[in-house]
Amino acid sequence: MMLNTEPNIAAPDDFYEALLAIHQDLTPEQSRAVDARLILLLCNHIGDLDVLRQAMARAREGIEPAGRDAIIAIQA
Amino acid sequence: MHVDYQSLRFEYRRSPDQSAAQMAHHPVVVVGAGPVGLATAIDLAQSGQRVLLLDDDRCLSHGSRAICFAKRTLEIFDRLGCGDRMVEKGITWKLGRVFHRDEPVYSFDLLPEGGHRRPAFINLQQYYVEGFLLDRARSLPEIEIRWDNRVSGIVQSAGKVELTVETPEGEYRLLADYVVAADGARSPIRKALGLESKGRSFRDRFLIADVRMKADFPAERWFWFDPPFHPNQSVLLHSQPDGVWRIDFQLGWDADPVAERAPERVIPRVRALLGQEAEFELEWVSVYTFSCLRMERFRHGRVIFAGDAAHGVSPFGARGANGGIQDAENIAWKLALVLRGEAPDSLLDSYDMERAAAADENILNSTRSTDFITPKNEASRAFRDATLDLAKDCAFARRLVNSGRLSMPSTYRDSPLNTPDADTFSGAVVPGAPALDAPLMVDGASDWLLRRLGGGFTLLHFAEEAPVPPDTVPPIRVVTVTSAEDAEGIAARRYDTQPGTTYLIRPDQHVCARWRRFDPDAVRVALDRATGRG
Repeated sequence: MMLNTEPNIAAPDDFYEALLAIHQDLTPEQSRAVDARLILLLCNHIGDLDVLRQAMARAREGIEPAGRDAIIAIQA
Repeated sequence: MHVDYQSLRFEYRRSPDQSAAQMAHHPVVVVGAGPVGLATAIDLAQSGQRVLLLDDDRCLSHGSRAICFAKRTLEIFDRLGCGDRMVEKGITWKLGRVFHRDEPVYSFDLLPEGGHRRPAFINLQQYYVEGFLLDRARSLPEIEIRWDNRVSGIVQSAGKVELTVETPEGEYRLLADYVVAADGARSPIRKALGLESKGRSFRDRFLIADVRMKADFPAERWFWFDPPFHPNQSVLLHSQPDGVWRIDFQLGWDADPVAERAPERVIPRVRALLGQEAEFELEWVSVYTFSCLRMERFRHGRVIFAGDAAHGVSPFGARGANGGIQDAENIAWKLALVLRGEAPDSLLDSYDMERAAAADENILNSTRSTDFITPKNEASRAFRDATLDLAKDCAFARRLVNSGRLSMPSTYRDSPLNTPDADTFSGAVVPGAPALDAPLMVDGASDWLLRRLGGGFTLLHFAEEAPVPPDTVPPIRVVTVTSAEDAEGIAARRYDTQPGTTYLIRPDQHVCARWRRFDPDAVRVALDRATGRG
């Protein structure tokens, strides 16, 4: 299945308002926790890994990594 | 009789090879008398192959190393003649529990079905495993063990490997047709050949304490994320024989690896878990960082790398020693056939293919677990915490909680030794998969399918009545299982059998071909393929 990027939410302004409302008065850290839970819940609801991968790729588009993971390449 | 295998010291004995006018020649030299080297030597010896086993010191392993040995490894130990001792001494378990803070969030049963001779796991200190393997090895006249024989040089030329070996009486040289390097994570042989093992290390430190105490925890694997007694970090608890418990405390990257080893730092951590009144002794304490890495190829000419020398994983999943034992049994039968001239040298390439795929699978699982336990950036941390929070009441999130995906044997799905199915089958025992055990009744006595398979190439034939397969087969053993013997029908289900169904099983008990009816020509072709002659 293709990721649907056409309008799919009947009441877009209601949705957007609800999305912002769950972040009201939260610190960035709290917001990150809420977002993480929301993403996990939605991904499970969608279930189709192929669609999820398309969405992940679309979300990541155009963002050049400026940070660094805490991993060390090793050679033994 | 209790033997303290940790404190055993073996005698260095001068070998006639050391004063021979010409370099002594050995068909196969195994370097390293750890679990992998010992298993390789025993397996080779059981097929009649003379083996020289070299070890760089005079003792077995000591302290906290591998403890979890998986069902498939126990089945291999059965074939190697020491499974019973392992299981009798070991602590049998199959349940894992995961806690978040002080609440249980997830539990898993590693062997929910019956009809297997061996349990999902036993916990047994590595020194016992090595001790039992060593006792078995010493009972086999084909194996010569030389302690305090350290390989210091290795050169491959003209179809031979020349080893330089250092002993307390100086060095000597010997020739080998093949060398199995089971010389551990720091593999001196790998270094001597200028080869590398590459991968990634995790920015985290773990304190591993083996503690001797009386405790009433059940024989289960308990894993805590962020418990009240060790906030913000994880803790793993495992039971071992002799009243020893393995406790693994995550410390974080900034922990001082030397200071954290000090008893005055360790004891309060243990007390926080066990209670202030707990009485215990520290048996072993060390601080580790973990890595996942592998060599690009496990075979370099006549030198074959096995176990930690070839690949390394983090301990969450018990995939190090278990993977290594499976390396051993994969290489042993192939080497034995090649040395007997019954298979071409190219058969050994299939070791690299099959076990490299297995190493990748182990590394993938181990990396995923470590990524969950040791988040590598803020987002990993946020998703990890969100998963644990949701796991309390959302079933889907429990499946995402990853405190270690425990060792399962690899299925060599893409192995060139397999004959693809021409008939239709269902069930898990596909070509490349390890044979599954099942209870049998033979002449009124209970038996097990894997025990009847034993080693060597074997035709496993399912029939209404025995014996069915005609004697036109190439010289391989036939094990016929009748429906009366498979009284509970478990073998029939696991192997999706009909009368006449026939499986060709390799010496390492992996399936390499199967048919709906016995056909000697098909068997011959499949056998050729499975021995690299196809």
